[in-house]
Amino acid sequence: MKETKVIELEEVAIRFSGDSGDGMQLTGTLFSDATALLGNDISTFPDYPSEIRAPQGTVGGVSGFQVQFGHKQINTPGDYAHVLVAMNPAAIKANARFMMPGATIIYDSDSFTEKNLTKANFKTDDPFTELGLEDYFKIAVPITTLTQEGLKEFGLDNKSVLRSKNMFALGLVCWMFNRPLEFVDEFIRSKFKKKPVVVESNIKVLHDGYNYGMNMQHMTPTYLVHPAEIENGTYRNINGNHATAWGLLAAAERSGLELFLGSYPITPATDILSALSERKDLGVKTFQAEDEIAGIASAIGAAFAGDLAVTTTSGPGLALKSEAIGLAVMAELPLVIVNVQRGGPSTGLPTKTEQSDLLQALYGRNGESPVVVLAASTPSDCFYYAYMASKIALERMVPVILLTDGFLGNGSEPWRIPSMAELPAITPRVAKDAETFKPYSRDKDTLARDWAFPGMKGFEHRIGGLEKNITGTVSHDPENHQVNTEIREEKVQRVVDLVPDLEVCGDEEGEILVVGWGGTYGHLISTVRQLRLEGKDVSLAHFNYIKPLPKNTKDVFSRFKKIIVCELNLGQFAGYLRDKMPGFNYFQANKVKGLPFTVSELKESINKLLED
Amino acid sequence: MTDLKYTIKDFKSDNEIRWCAGCGDFAIINAVQRTMAGMGIPREKFAVISGIGCSSRFPYYMSTYGFHTIHGRATAVASGVKAANPELNVWVITGDGDSMAIGGNHFIHMIRRNFDLNVVVFNNRIYGLTKGQYSPTSDRGFVSKTSPFGTVEDPFIPGQLVLGARGTFFARSIDGNLKLSQSVLEGAAQHKGTSVVEVLQNCVIFNNGIHAAITDPNYRADRQLVLEHGKPMLFGEENDKGLIFDKGKLKVVKIGENGVTESDILVHDAYEEDPTLHLALINMKLPDFPVAFGIIRSVTAPVYDAEMEAQIKQVQQTRRIKNVDELLRSGNTWEVTGNGNGKGSSPKCP
Repeated sequence: MKETKVIELEEVAIRFSGDSGDGMQLTGTLFSDATALLGNDISTFPDYPSEIRAPQGTVGGVSGFQVQFGHKQINTPGDYAHVLVAMNPAAIKANARFMMPGATIIYDSDSFTEKNLTKANFKTDDPFTELGLEDYFKIAVPITTLTQEGLKEFGLDNKSVLRSKNMFALGLVCWMFNRPLEFVDEFIRSKFKKKPVVVESNIKVLHDGYNYGMNMQHMTPTYLVHPAEIENGTYRNINGNHATAWGLLAAAERSGLELFLGSYPITPATDILSALSERKDLGVKTFQAEDEIAGIASAIGAAFAGDLAVTTTSGPGLALKSEAIGLAVMAELPLVIVNVQRGGPSTGLPTKTEQSDLLQALYGRNGESPVVVLAASTPSDCFYYAYMASKIALERMVPVILLTDGFLGNGSEPWRIPSMAELPAITPRVAKDAETFKPYSRDKDTLARDWAFPGMKGFEHRIGGLEKNITGTVSHDPENHQVNTEIREEKVQRVVDLVPDLEVCGDEEGEILVVGWGGTYGHLISTVRQLRLEGKDVSLAHFNYIKPLPKNTKDVFSRFKKIIVCELNLGQFAGYLRDKMPGFNYFQANKVKGLPFTVSELKESINKLLED
Repeated sequence: MTDLKYTIKDFKSDNEIRWCAGCGDFAIINAVQRTMAGMGIPREKFAVISGIGCSSRFPYYMSTYGFHTIHGRATAVASGVKAANPELNVWVITGDGDSMAIGGNHFIHMIRRNFDLNVVVFNNRIYGLTKGQYSPTSDRGFVSKTSPFGTVEDPFIPGQLVLGARGTFFARSIDGNLKLSQSVLEGAAQHKGTSVVEVLQNCVIFNNGIHAAITDPNYRADRQLVLEHGKPMLFGEENDKGLIFDKGKLKVVKIGENGVTESDILVHDAYEEDPTLHLALINMKLPDFPVAFGIIRSVTAPVYDAEMEAQIKQVQQTRRIKNVDELLRSGNTWEVTGNGNGKGSSPKCP
């Protein structure tokens, strides 16, 4: 485990920036007022240009307004912005140094004309590369065009139309940070009450911007940062979806196999598909299928044909893949299934985070259909767990579900770049001896079968979804089905020898053990740290391996008086632990608001348990 | 590779075939095995992928690589097999329900992408494995266990669906005609792209005689038009009936009547890009027209798996990043040095 300090969702610094005529001060003020009205503590920092009438479009003419908001008392507007709203290239240039590494930049793509780039003294047509902002998360929005389009019916002159651009940006940001528009509507009505056209046009554009954000499913950025005390090495910023994609690439290279991804776009998992689609240079085969089922079915075909095969999705997509996962269980093929969880059920909250697919991952199939289930816990360790998911699948001939979530997928953090040599070896179970090969003969220790794929001479065989005997012949024999069902379960359980022991952060024994899994790690460790600094007897055990559970789980649990399981669902992991690790009284802290935990609410739950 | 001498026996597995006695599937597997044996391709390069249904038991009876998958998904699984290894010779075995009902989406998208796959659709116009429900190719009014008063829906015509999905190859055969089946399967195997072969197949138990009107030996010559590229579209006992194109429609004429000569008869061009005439041929049905058999359409178009491979090769020619280590260090990175012992923090709670 590593130290991670969390900047919570509500503590975000946003900088609005554009030409002094773009109305960014007003935009910033309105946003902060709307935010204050929600009960957030805020701090703002207007940054006017030194020359009020500096030439339009130049760096000197840039005007900015930064607002930082959060639940706790905020004393500064934040040194660095997490989000920059830039109305032109000059705004990006002027603000590059005020942004967090990997920050989100929302910009008016219409303003990126040659003229504006020249005015801002850019030498190329790619200002982001010129400023070294390649890894920043950029959201290009044609704000000018969309504003003009939205006001077509109003018969306004072009100048008045362009003056409303800021309202589009404001609407978009209000969507991203869950700010209701009522307050801004009201403000516009009272400020321009003598000019009904201005009221209507501004409100129209404001709502257009909000709806655009909703339709494009632009996500709320989430951030995790490390404290200063970190390991020496080379670092980069990475988000969870990229880390997942790269972990899969690393596993393919290390195992000597080609990587195949069959996937269908779905929020918030799509970025893994795009990240791997970019990597033709490393030979990745990405297949954007016609639906979720074809995504996994094609991956199963690729696994049958000898690739490291992967499918990526989010909750509803996992539901669609259920039957095919069962086929991979039955055919005993190596397959990695990544589920970037979001709020459910049904379409639920596509852009919000949740941990409510745990039981679906464990049990959501017909029949006794065991798979290995892993969960990543920080944006950067998605790399490692994607790698491990691949290793387990290839060495144990079993489907592996890797759970991440929207918070991890879109959240980014600095990451010490590992070298390939540091990663554990991956040895796929490719069959060697055609004479003795049988499709379902097994390694006596791991119970994994051998993998032979089309093209290998002498290993021709048939597999499929029907129950088989050892030779791959269909078998309806009752005894055979009982034995094979137990073997498939036992094969998954034996993966435990690849699972590291559960670590305890804090004391090895004591009053309260906080238990979590997956993407809540950052908030849980921050909570436990703070409580311990206050002298409380609290430790943390965080799970990355859900099935099978680490060997020492029971041993760890037995050394604490109380266990509280914290998760973003109604208690799925707690229920699983009651089943698999009985004999303990599990308390629960649960949240299903589509938002991560906050440290303060976790502290409250744990303090209450300490007092009881 | 052409020195490989296989016989049909080399493609049969030891598994006992469990289709019903008299099932049309026996003749089809025979034709497929003969076709494969004659292709000069090593046996281990064949992969036969099926979905669910009677026909989908097919892979178990083959000695090649085989994968009996799940209902409707064989086309999607096969697409993944071919993408993973374009050197394989991949066959999809499916039925009217498997490919056009539960698997309809994958079927049309496989065709649209033009994966280099050979797809054999066993069309018996019934659900056999579930014991006799109507299928998406059953005629309106068809009476079955789930339509005791007749269906109130119109069927798919498989060839229409294939052409509507931009299909590059479509052929039709019938189970009883082994020679025709083998010849269209060979054409399918040689075609680069998705080759769909519809085989009219008789389900002896649940839909016996569904194609009898076409196969009846007494009328066969009048009711079947076997198309060959470059040959006139002639049929009939005396080979004196033919097709002409009149006022935008196909029309059956008789040579010698109304001044019609053989030179008036349409000549089959399977390679024509424009699918209009191919579609008209596919749509022909009794009693006004004979039913068209043979390779109706065979045109060239970019093949997905080949394009995918070529694109990767092309990008790799000018690549800056050659391995994962280089990838991880590309873009914005920074160094952290002189931090204590440089080992960083182990898990630590104060």
